[in-house]
Amino acid sequence: MAKTHISTSINGEPVEFLADPGSSLLDALRNTLGLTGTKEGCGTGDCGACSVTVDGRLVCSCLVLAVEAEGAEIATIEGMAQGEALHPLQRKFLEMAALQCGICTPGVLISARALLEKNPNPTETEVRFGLAGNLCRCTGYDKIVRAVMEAAAEMRETV
Amino acid sequence: MNVITDKLRVEDNKWIGQRTIRPDGADKVTGRASYAADNTMPGMIWGKVLRSPHAHARIRSIDTSKAEALPGVKAVVTAKDIVDFPLETSVMLGIQDMRWMCRNVMAREKALFHGHPVAAVAAINEEVAAAACALIAVDYEVLPHVIEIEDAIRDDAPILHDFAKFEGKPSNIAGTMTAKLGDVEAGFAEADIVVERTFRTRPIHQGYIEPQACTVSYSADGRATIWSSSQGQFMVRAMTSLLTGVPQSNIRAIPAEIGGGFGAKTIIYLEPVALLLSKKSGRPVKMVMTREEVMRATGPTSGSFSTVKIGAKKDGTFVAAKGDFYIQAGCLPGGPLRGPVGCSFAPYDIPNVLSVGYDVVSNRSKVAAYRAPGAPLGAYAAECVIDEIAEQLGMDPLELRLKNTARSGTKAAYGATFAKVTFEETIEAIRDHEHYKAPLDRNPRPGVKRGRGLASGFWYNAGGESSAQVNITEDGNVVVTTGHPDVGGSRASIANVTAELLGVDHGRVSVLIGDTASIGYSNLTGGSRVTFASAMVVTQSAEKVIGQLKERAAKIWKIDPEAVHWENGEARPAGPNAGQFPPLSLADLAAKASETGGPIGAGVQLNTAGAEPGFATHVVDVEVDVDLGIVRVLRYTAAQDVGRALHPSYVEGQIQGGVVQGIGWALSEEYLYDRQGRLENAGFLDYRMPVCSDVPMIEAVMLEIPNPKHPQGVRGVGEAPIVPPLAAIANAVHDALGTRFYSLPMSPPKVLERLDGG
Repeated sequence: MAKTHISTSINGEPVEFLADPGSSLLDALRNTLGLTGTKEGCGTGDCGACSVTVDGRLVCSCLVLAVEAEGAEIATIEGMAQGEALHPLQRKFLEMAALQCGICTPGVLISARALLEKNPNPTETEVRFGLAGNLCRCTGYDKIVRAVMEAAAEMRETV
Repeated sequence: MNVITDKLRVEDNKWIGQRTIRPDGADKVTGRASYAADNTMPGMIWGKVLRSPHAHARIRSIDTSKAEALPGVKAVVTAKDIVDFPLETSVMLGIQDMRWMCRNVMAREKALFHGHPVAAVAAINEEVAAAACALIAVDYEVLPHVIEIEDAIRDDAPILHDFAKFEGKPSNIAGTMTAKLGDVEAGFAEADIVVERTFRTRPIHQGYIEPQACTVSYSADGRATIWSSSQGQFMVRAMTSLLTGVPQSNIRAIPAEIGGGFGAKTIIYLEPVALLLSKKSGRPVKMVMTREEVMRATGPTSGSFSTVKIGAKKDGTFVAAKGDFYIQAGCLPGGPLRGPVGCSFAPYDIPNVLSVGYDVVSNRSKVAAYRAPGAPLGAYAAECVIDEIAEQLGMDPLELRLKNTARSGTKAAYGATFAKVTFEETIEAIRDHEHYKAPLDRNPRPGVKRGRGLASGFWYNAGGESSAQVNITEDGNVVVTTGHPDVGGSRASIANVTAELLGVDHGRVSVLIGDTASIGYSNLTGGSRVTFASAMVVTQSAEKVIGQLKERAAKIWKIDPEAVHWENGEARPAGPNAGQFPPLSLADLAAKASETGGPIGAGVQLNTAGAEPGFATHVVDVEVDVDLGIVRVLRYTAAQDVGRALHPSYVEGQIQGGVVQGIGWALSEEYLYDRQGRLENAGFLDYRMPVCSDVPMIEAVMLEIPNPKHPQGVRGVGEAPIVPPLAAIANAVHDALGTRFYSLPMSPPKVLERLDGG
């Protein structure tokens, strides 16, 4: 089938690409556009490693068609830091060792940012449910939850 | 929480013990770190594996002609292309027998499980490769299959391998292992109380989030480059060499960042296939497994069927222990017998022990190592029986353990005589912890019951081969290269050690992982060995570098090298007699390196020894919803002797991660098969690993009792934490409900069935 021309915005930059009608947004990001920071852990929407936001909404990019990117604003892990300045979540993840192998980390960070945008002052339980769609097999989640709560506290102070 | 119990700890350490930022961290939080599936090459094509649709079938013939004729297909391989290791002769690579590895990578005489690779295709894209796989005609003679241990060991079971014999007859028991001490029958005769129980567990998957992936480029000169994620680039090189016939010197294995392994990536599946596809096609070939392929055809760890019997005196003294452990190997021999056979009773001083493991094959994917391979299965059985003995004797289960701990000089059934045992300290740490002392509200509201459980665990830990190179850059900074993939922060620990030894700021040390062409042989990242072994070789390398730096300073000052001290990153005259010179910094000496003897740097390659075993004791509070059958972990505290925490955050992280994997094992994870021998839950939706909302914070109590055989006192940490949780949670559920579960997982349907059925 002929490819479809897609005009979209990724991390604030205009981007054009050609997509197979059946291919996923994840496939377009990783294999067409070279944005490999978004990871594929399952391809079935169960692990959250491919989390991105589309028009501000948190999605598993493996469950979104590439053609759905048309006219949308997509945010991926590659756009989270501003130049050399890490996002507070990224910084807290480093300071508090909230990653081990790091494969789930981009998805967790994107999910955590989406959570804090909706709820800047989450309880531990709210963080745990907010991140329940992101599997991590290394950390047991302890340091991830702590880092998200610390980042949230810091972000509240600086607003 | 840190408990430091030995003066050997150097109080004025500046970097060791600090929670520094890991050297590979920034790339991992910004998406720049390159994992196996992130690599691409110009001209690259895609490989795909055709897998058996049958659980057990003889392969009569494979016709690949239609697949080869499909436009876009560049190469096809089958078992004919893989080096055959005949069944008669064992060829070992580490603990892996190449007879089984060659048949695991590609089915040879028979397809042995649903999902077993039978052929592979490389094509211009994944769609064409998949279409070509569908055009390969395999003529199968479908055979009866067997999945469960108890079915596989029956006399009338379908036999997987003609060569496997047990007690003189063809059998699915492919091997045994025994650990024996004293006279177990005489021991039981002395016992006042004997408890014998049978336990069952299901296979569970390691569950790493990164599926296996690789890119292989085979060049016209016969040299190959492999980019893949594994727990050992040298293992990748050696195993690929053995399976393809390409000499090791012609293979360069480059370790990508690894997205979790937990033991499963100590063997390979794709690399030799991709190499052969690249050789045939003349193009670089990339292969990436789907999650379904990962679940069906890699790992998992064994299910088990175990009977454990322990005898004790009235005062609680253990007098005899017997264990029979039937352990699933999957479709080819090699289940982790050493775990349950050696570890189950090792924490205790028991004079009479007989522990026997049986390696049971069935039509499942071949098992792979998983964190303390097999040990949790044995500890589950032994630690639940110990709990029951305590109950029957009316003793506190903690005091019963404390009474029977192995001590210095205790001989373990697996052969070791312990030099220094730090098990008692882990029990005392739990006993003295606020968690253990806190009262538990057992019936907080209607429909909910709470309980508390305790269990301990043992893991051998390992040393083995490691290499390191420490180089001083021309501008006076430090680059350390080791040969170990970093699965959980080992680079962070090595950065701390190097900065400490050389007396330089942590920020001036870079820690890298070399490929097989740039660093000496290094054994697997496994066995809880990497921080132990690599800190040892890095220490010796840094000491050599310091020796060189002193010589250079001595040369500049025209004094004896013995008269130079190295402290705080500077060379200084040793004392007033050595002369009066201003100190020379690392940068000063690096700048003068050419005129004082050339580049400054040193490497050390060692077969490390002195890895002392790990002991752990855990306590857990659970809450059971008696209407829904859900068991929820409310509070968890894990105490372990960690030797020396070079980077405490990553030590805690190992403990916390191991515990949560154990929680999944105890409560929700299991491989489920249908009647045709097909895995029914080959994905993360139906294979239920713990998610963030399932678990509480995990408190890691690090007991820093330095290992006297290691320069920094390091003791392996990563595996012991997964040993106690299965039994600790089972004992807590018993405490809550008053009924014992002898099989895992204690999932809601199973719990409800028990509560409904009484």
